[in-house]
Amino acid sequence: MMSQFSDLVAFFEDSGVAEAIRESDTLFPSVESVHVVAICLVVGTILTLDLRLLGFASVGRPVSRLSSAILPVTWGAFAIAATSGFLLFISNATKYLGNGYFLAKLVLICAAWLNMVIFHAISAKDMPQWDKQARPPMSARIAGLLSILLWIAVVACGRWIGFTIQVL
Amino acid sequence: MEALLIGLSKWLAATSLSHTIQTVTWIIPTLQTIHILCVAIVFSSAVLVDLRIFRLFERDEQLRDVMRRFLPPIWPVLVMLLITGSLLIIGEPRRSLVNTTFYLKMALLLVAILLTATLQRTALGSPGFLEDRSRRLTGQALATLSVLVWCGVLFAGRWIAYTQAG
Repeated sequence: MMSQFSDLVAFFEDSGVAEAIRESDTLFPSVESVHVVAICLVVGTILTLDLRLLGFASVGRPVSRLSSAILPVTWGAFAIAATSGFLLFISNATKYLGNGYFLAKLVLICAAWLNMVIFHAISAKDMPQWDKQARPPMSARIAGLLSILLWIAVVACGRWIGFTIQVL
Repeated sequence: MEALLIGLSKWLAATSLSHTIQTVTWIIPTLQTIHILCVAIVFSSAVLVDLRIFRLFERDEQLRDVMRRFLPPIWPVLVMLLITGSLLIIGEPRRSLVNTTFYLKMALLLVAILLTATLQRTALGSPGFLEDRSRRLTGQALATLSVLVWCGVLFAGRWIAYTQAG
């Protein structure tokens, strides 16, 4: 299992694409710029929704309406962030896998996703009852707050990778 | 001019504030994290308004009302960006002050701010702002320009680290 995983990592790291990003002076910063633009859109749009769940912003809009308007933008940006992130990762996969902040970032992204799943399973069940309320119920507010904290931590870890990764 | 900027950088780097920012290892990554989170707010607000101009977001609400929700928060957050950005410059003056990319970023930022402020001011005055057919193309051109210029600001910002003088 473990050796299969390292084979897979090696396969990507030795690929032509990974080598091109690694060897070029301009490719890495370019992909990284795309990654920053995408992550800003992911975090900014999610924050819009979280502030609505907390009852701090867009309170005149039903939660379901706002989320169906915003989430397509979030997912589109997330697809770009994940793709560009993957390209950055394979350019130096072994080093990234040895970096605690990189691993923490992946775990935190999973936690943010899990928080969303749990929210949909619990709070969103009776959303029609509180959809138009300026201040959603406690469980929804907690989901919004957790989401904000998790995404701040994701961005912080992302920035710390740049200061701790040892790429020659 | 360059000699002047190098001199200014040297003077800034010698201040005690700069010394603190340089020597306490967590300060710069923390400032950069706050900076990026603020960029996320400003950029997303602008992009959501631009998407509304293209009728791809909150179509059932008037453009003016969408702008009223998303544009005003940009200004206090821009102040936060100015503060964190200034501290980053004080910490590593040469990295930005002697770097063409940094000035490109500032020029693009100025255009983005003017564009956003103009949109906001005009929208508040007119209820059907950019909504009628004859004006829609103007709106879409402005929205496209706005997204491109903001992307340019973000790109230039990320490239500062890769273009600093040795």
